[in-house]
Amino acid sequence: MNQAAYKKIFSRPESLKDNPTHYCPGCGHSIAHRLVAECLDELGMRCRTIGVPPVGCAVLAYNYFNFDMVEAPHGRALAVATGIKRVHPDKLVLTYQGDGDLAAIGTAETIHAANRGEKITTIFINNAIYGMTGGQMAPTTTIGLEATTTPGGRDPDRDGRPIDISRMLAVAEGAVYIERCALTSVKGIRRAKKAIGKAFRAQLDRLGFSLIELLSPCPTNWKLSPKASWQWVNEEMVKTYPLGVIKDTTGYEDKK
Amino acid sequence: MVGEVVIERERCKGCHLCLAFCPRHLLEADARLNQKGYQPVLFLQIEDEDRGCTGCAMCALVCPEVAIEVYRAQ
Amino acid sequence: MPSEKMLMRGSHVVGEAAVRAGCRYYFGYPITPQNELPEYMSSRLLDVGGSFIQAESEVAAINMVLGASAAGGRAMTSSSSPGVSLKQEGISYMAGMELPAVVANMMRGGPGLGNIAPSAADYFQATRGGGHGDYRTPVLAPAGCQELAELTFLAFDLADKYRNPVILLGDGLMGQVMEPVVFPDPVDPKSLPKKDWILDGCEGRPPRAIYSMFLGQQGELYQHNLHLQEKYDKITAQEQRWDTYQVDDAELIVVAYGTASRIAETAVDDLRAEGLAVGLFRPVTLWPYPKQALRDLAKEGRKVAVFELSLGQMIEDVVLSVGRRTEIYFHGVPGGLIPTPAEVTEFLRSVLKSDGKVGQRVEL
Repeated sequence: MNQAAYKKIFSRPESLKDNPTHYCPGCGHSIAHRLVAECLDELGMRCRTIGVPPVGCAVLAYNYFNFDMVEAPHGRALAVATGIKRVHPDKLVLTYQGDGDLAAIGTAETIHAANRGEKITTIFINNAIYGMTGGQMAPTTTIGLEATTTPGGRDPDRDGRPIDISRMLAVAEGAVYIERCALTSVKGIRRAKKAIGKAFRAQLDRLGFSLIELLSPCPTNWKLSPKASWQWVNEEMVKTYPLGVIKDTTGYEDKK
Repeated sequence: MVGEVVIERERCKGCHLCLAFCPRHLLEADARLNQKGYQPVLFLQIEDEDRGCTGCAMCALVCPEVAIEVYRAQ
Repeated sequence: MPSEKMLMRGSHVVGEAAVRAGCRYYFGYPITPQNELPEYMSSRLLDVGGSFIQAESEVAAINMVLGASAAGGRAMTSSSSPGVSLKQEGISYMAGMELPAVVANMMRGGPGLGNIAPSAADYFQATRGGGHGDYRTPVLAPAGCQELAELTFLAFDLADKYRNPVILLGDGLMGQVMEPVVFPDPVDPKSLPKKDWILDGCEGRPPRAIYSMFLGQQGELYQHNLHLQEKYDKITAQEQRWDTYQVDDAELIVVAYGTASRIAETAVDDLRAEGLAVGLFRPVTLWPYPKQALRDLAKEGRKVAVFELSLGQMIEDVVLSVGRRTEIYFHGVPGGLIPTPAEVTEFLRSVLKSDGKVGQRVEL
């Protein structure tokens, strides 16, 4: 190929390290990582960002993200991030958490960070299951989904109903921007990137707490092929977790 | 050809999502496995502008591994 | 220069000392008997442009300390026994991640909800690492307001020097009494040595990651633990602190720390006034325990009597230090009761006579 006549229009963002990931084929994590990295590159914030990974499949996110990161105990990422932001109020502080980290063990820390209006952005990866530990029920597991701890599928009487933490957080005045996107289509990925960029902007403008929930495929624990798992998100998961803006008091105009 | 796609063979995990999304069906699974045992994806170069790669980059957009680079003619 | 002499309540002393030692970040949750400390910090930190958060729980508070510490700040939290139980996970993580922090425990009666009276039954929790894994935290045991001030300064210095959490072990009585205090020279946090491992954005340098997980198959976690042990060995060699009172010609040494040592000291004075040769050995660092110093004092013919405000926790470290060199006795008062010196003198008299009336002999 005559490369002189061609321009590279898509490649790995600088905020993402050139390391192969341990994520399963078709997993949403790597896409989410890339979108976060692209947004940070576009904002020029890579060297002024500090991130907190979860305990979950993305526990090794510091091997992939090319900025400062500190591990947190399971669920405590938003408390850790709060401490960081107090020391460095001028830096972009983000947490990257799964459904167990954010909405099970970390529920109190999540709610109170949002309630205090911490100028922190949370990237919430919702794959409706516990990935790293091998497929147990998550608070976000949908009715009927068979997890290893819900024999026969999640039953509302026995196991409770899936939690919609994003809508719960919207009640907090300190939360200024919450949107739910899906990583399982071209349109979804493009929308997710816009949402993440807007959330970072809300933080940098010191408006308050922002959270982007990303419906993410987990082919391994859903026991579906990558393509089928993407379809499951688009056709089934969105019935429990409809996409769209859940709260927006930023006042920013959406560029279509 | 307006666009060209370069796939990092050893980075590809054979999820084949790019295959599903390419509007011109220019991607196919390689029968030969890569070192990790996945079936990586091959890009079909077709010079015809009406059938060849447009550089839309949807494959790269959906690739979870950032294993795809996309070039577009100037 | 050091401050003038002030009359101050123990809980406030810790707060004032912390701020003067350069602490700018306090995260805590109310729990009796140390509520005065977060209350004090909430306004005092405003004076110095610091940051205070009344966190949603003791769990959240210790994790805020973790974050602030990783970001390079001098950060602390405080609580009392049940709340410190909640912090154990965070302390273990910070030990594994080698993050400095100061955790003040104003002990109260336990176990469980217990009561709000002063007790000293968290010795195991503090010195045996209440959290999981092989780690240690220096434990400083002040015996009054002046020491609360000095040891708060020391706590921050040790935490930074060794990149480790440090526990300041007080109790509800110490937190409530008012005593005269002279504070050491204030520290400007900007004057502290720069830390080359903190997270402040990777401008002009490669990004840093701070973590305690080592999943590799090549013994990485094993090596990390050995590295931590080297650090603990260094602390053990260099940072033991203790005090002695009237031990030179003593036939009986009472071993006590914190508030118990104040009571024991009065008992020693009372018995000396009767012509009895007793003395006091007071550990100031409970970890590293001043084993050798106590071992040197324990010899044939000189008895050792341990007095604790618990059912018996430090006694184990005394046994490790003294072994069979001499007779060891123990008397403890758990559950938040504070005995008078008279009870301690009865114990010591009983030990001198070996009549077994108060306390018991520890058989080895």
